[in-house]
Amino acid sequence: MSISVKFFASLRERIGIDSRELEAADVNTVSDAWLAATGKTMEDNILFAVNQKYVAVDSPVSDGDEVAFFPPVTGG
Amino acid sequence: MLIEVRDEAFDPWQELKDYERKCLTKGSFGASANFVGTMRDFNEGNTVTSMTLEHYPGMTEQHLQTIADQATQTHNLLDVLILHRVGPLQPGDPIVLVAVWSAHRAAAFNACREIMENLKSKAPFWKKENLADGERWVESNTPG
Repeated sequence: MSISVKFFASLRERIGIDSRELEAADVNTVSDAWLAATGKTMEDNILFAVNQKYVAVDSPVSDGDEVAFFPPVTGG
Repeated sequence: MLIEVRDEAFDPWQELKDYERKCLTKGSFGASANFVGTMRDFNEGNTVTSMTLEHYPGMTEQHLQTIADQATQTHNLLDVLILHRVGPLQPGDPIVLVAVWSAHRAAAFNACREIMENLKSKAPFWKKENLADGERWVESNTPG
């Protein structure tokens, strides 16, 4: 099982990780991917995407997926 | 329809003129509305000297495309143009251009607003401001 995890903006700086490849067998959801990548409990106010689409925190992830975590967006 | 994330400064009025000339037939639309967002030199009581805009390459473009497609369907638009800057910006630099074309004014006004609000609340972009005494991430957008 290989999952690519990405972090953006202030979250990337705070956690100190840009991206990470997970090879864990026990990563089944977005929240599992967070824990496996950071080793920390999930922060509040974070947005999640799987394969570049918004999802909920308990959404499933599967082999080859790209999971992204980022803070509230501030474009425009 | 054109959706682009640009890493270089652009002139929204020139872009608008060029796009309309190239992609829209004269007489085919009765209304157009556009919004230009520009970088301010102040935020939350501080002077902002410059700014850096980050995005999520791939997801950002895809999300803008979805927003434009939804607005086109809802408001029966004839065409949509969205340009958004990333990278380093100076006060006064245009950040975003949204332009829509339709048969009548209600669709143009409503769609332009709807696209902007959706972009502000959901499109993955992040601003980092440079102040006189350091830098900070913008934590949330102004309500309107």
